[in-house]
Amino acid sequence: MNSVQMNGGTPTVVGFIPLLDCAPLAVAAEKGFASEEGLDLRLVRETSWANIRDRVVVGHFDAAHMLGPMAIASTLGIGHIKVPMAAPLSLGLGGNAITVSLRVWDAMLAEGAVVGGDPRALANALRRVVHARDGAHKSQLTFAMVYPFSAHNYELRYWLAAAGIDPDRDVRLVVIPPPLLVDAMREGQIDGFCVGEPWNSVAVAVGVGCIVVPTTAIWRLSPEKVLGCRLEWMQRHPDRLQALVRALHRAAQWCEDPANHQELARLLAEPRYVGTPADILLRGLSNRLRLYPAGELQHLPDFYVPASRAATFPWVSHALWFYSQMVRWNQVAFDESHVAQVRATYRPDVYRLALAGFDAVPTQDSKIECAPEGFFDGRRFDPDDLTSYLRTFMSR
Amino acid sequence: MSEALSKPEPSLRVLIVDQNVTRASILEEGLREGGYQHVTVLREMHNLMRRIVEIDPDVIVIDLENPNRDVLEQMFQVSRVVRRPIAMFVDRSDTDMIEAAVDAGVGSYVVDGLKKERVKSVLDTAISRFKAFNKLREELDLARQALDERKIVDRAKGILMKQRGMSEEAAYALLRKAAMNENRRLSEVAQSVVTAASLFK
Repeated sequence: MNSVQMNGGTPTVVGFIPLLDCAPLAVAAEKGFASEEGLDLRLVRETSWANIRDRVVVGHFDAAHMLGPMAIASTLGIGHIKVPMAAPLSLGLGGNAITVSLRVWDAMLAEGAVVGGDPRALANALRRVVHARDGAHKSQLTFAMVYPFSAHNYELRYWLAAAGIDPDRDVRLVVIPPPLLVDAMREGQIDGFCVGEPWNSVAVAVGVGCIVVPTTAIWRLSPEKVLGCRLEWMQRHPDRLQALVRALHRAAQWCEDPANHQELARLLAEPRYVGTPADILLRGLSNRLRLYPAGELQHLPDFYVPASRAATFPWVSHALWFYSQMVRWNQVAFDESHVAQVRATYRPDVYRLALAGFDAVPTQDSKIECAPEGFFDGRRFDPDDLTSYLRTFMSR
Repeated sequence: MSEALSKPEPSLRVLIVDQNVTRASILEEGLREGGYQHVTVLREMHNLMRRIVEIDPDVIVIDLENPNRDVLEQMFQVSRVVRRPIAMFVDRSDTDMIEAAVDAGVGSYVVDGLKKERVKSVLDTAISRFKAFNKLREELDLARQALDERKIVDRAKGILMKQRGMSEEAAYALLRKAAMNENRRLSEVAQSVVTAASLFK
């Protein structure tokens, strides 16, 4: 490649949040994938998603490890100024789980829950716990997630609602930053949370929580974070962005190779990246989680998929599903004009340009999300028929 | 400074959420000097929501190092109890202001519907006080670094005096000469003397 000249030594500054799925960024910077593309990649660790958004908006960051729904919310101007974003790459699939406190887990066991059981049966057990507390006039259970516009928020709500638990009325939903979740659970402030690794495994390792549902059990190949940048930055630096997409795609392939998992876990364990013990990071990387404190490591196929199964491809159907959930949970009123903007946020076209001649990439921008890679409740998401899909949620 | 130009409104209730005690006090003082009478500082993140409901602020100022910023964003998204504050300045024309705020490390939220002219002075004060604090912190870091460097040079001098039987002046001159010859900082040369001495102990 002669891209070294092309980028002229200007640093490319990318923000990230300390989570397992920042792995491709760390690897691109540390293992030469970025420099091979002529990029001087500088990573900046951030403390909040709001900072990620704001620093992309004001140009401190050229791009960032971004929640998929955050890029869409910014394009639509929900909750903040309207700044069109572009997401030319997905930073992997899955990697999240729902964890509850041991106290809630005990109550669920008493209601017939089984470790690693069917997600609907588990949610039903939780519903009986919720109703019993309600009947006994005990305070509502509190569940945490990491940001209002996040896959975590929508996955948690999807799972609760499938069992008839209204996430806005039957429980309290709050936001707590990932590194503070385990302490909040230990102190009894929260009864459960939905977050990316390594924080579920940390809760199990320190003996305060039990993983009830990996979100792959809710949606087998579920979307998560993206590489996000301002649309305007993408238009000004098409070559640099494509180089970044290539570097991250190759880094993601490196991340998925089991031969590299030990080294990757040690790298992410460094304080400048995630800063949690390597053996705990290794669980999520190797798809082998301990679900409860005394449990064995359990193999969860496809739990976190960094690269294979087109995991880096920015499916437009993923963007539209996120939008459907924004509408479903009243974050925004459905508007036909939004749909085109949502579609334009995810950029499979840029992805294809970047990887032309490198790898086989999907030829469709969008797909129907359904079994066997889809949702546990059997719902089928047709991205071209949002209104019918949304209607299925109204007749609860 | 623009701080003096925009007119403060003493009646606005301002809430400062900052875990850094010094910075919070600097800002609080700045706002009080600016005529704001209802300024509350929150350092504890426990029961953030309840405290906000009690204080019922018009403007919330939060430091950007604070991970609890995301907690605030969520509250404002869903809350039915708090009057809806929104992220500072939601139209495109305000990007300069947002940029200045992010540069200074401060974020803010304003109750929806409040005219931005009314709160501009609060943000101006926050930005200038945060900048002053950053400068203070840099100066402190530099002073600390200078002190550390002096300490290491003193130790290196002591080693040379003891092992080579040199006078203090001669030891210092030797270190300086080595630094100049090698084009390194005096403290770096001193550090290598100290390291070498510890290896040969």
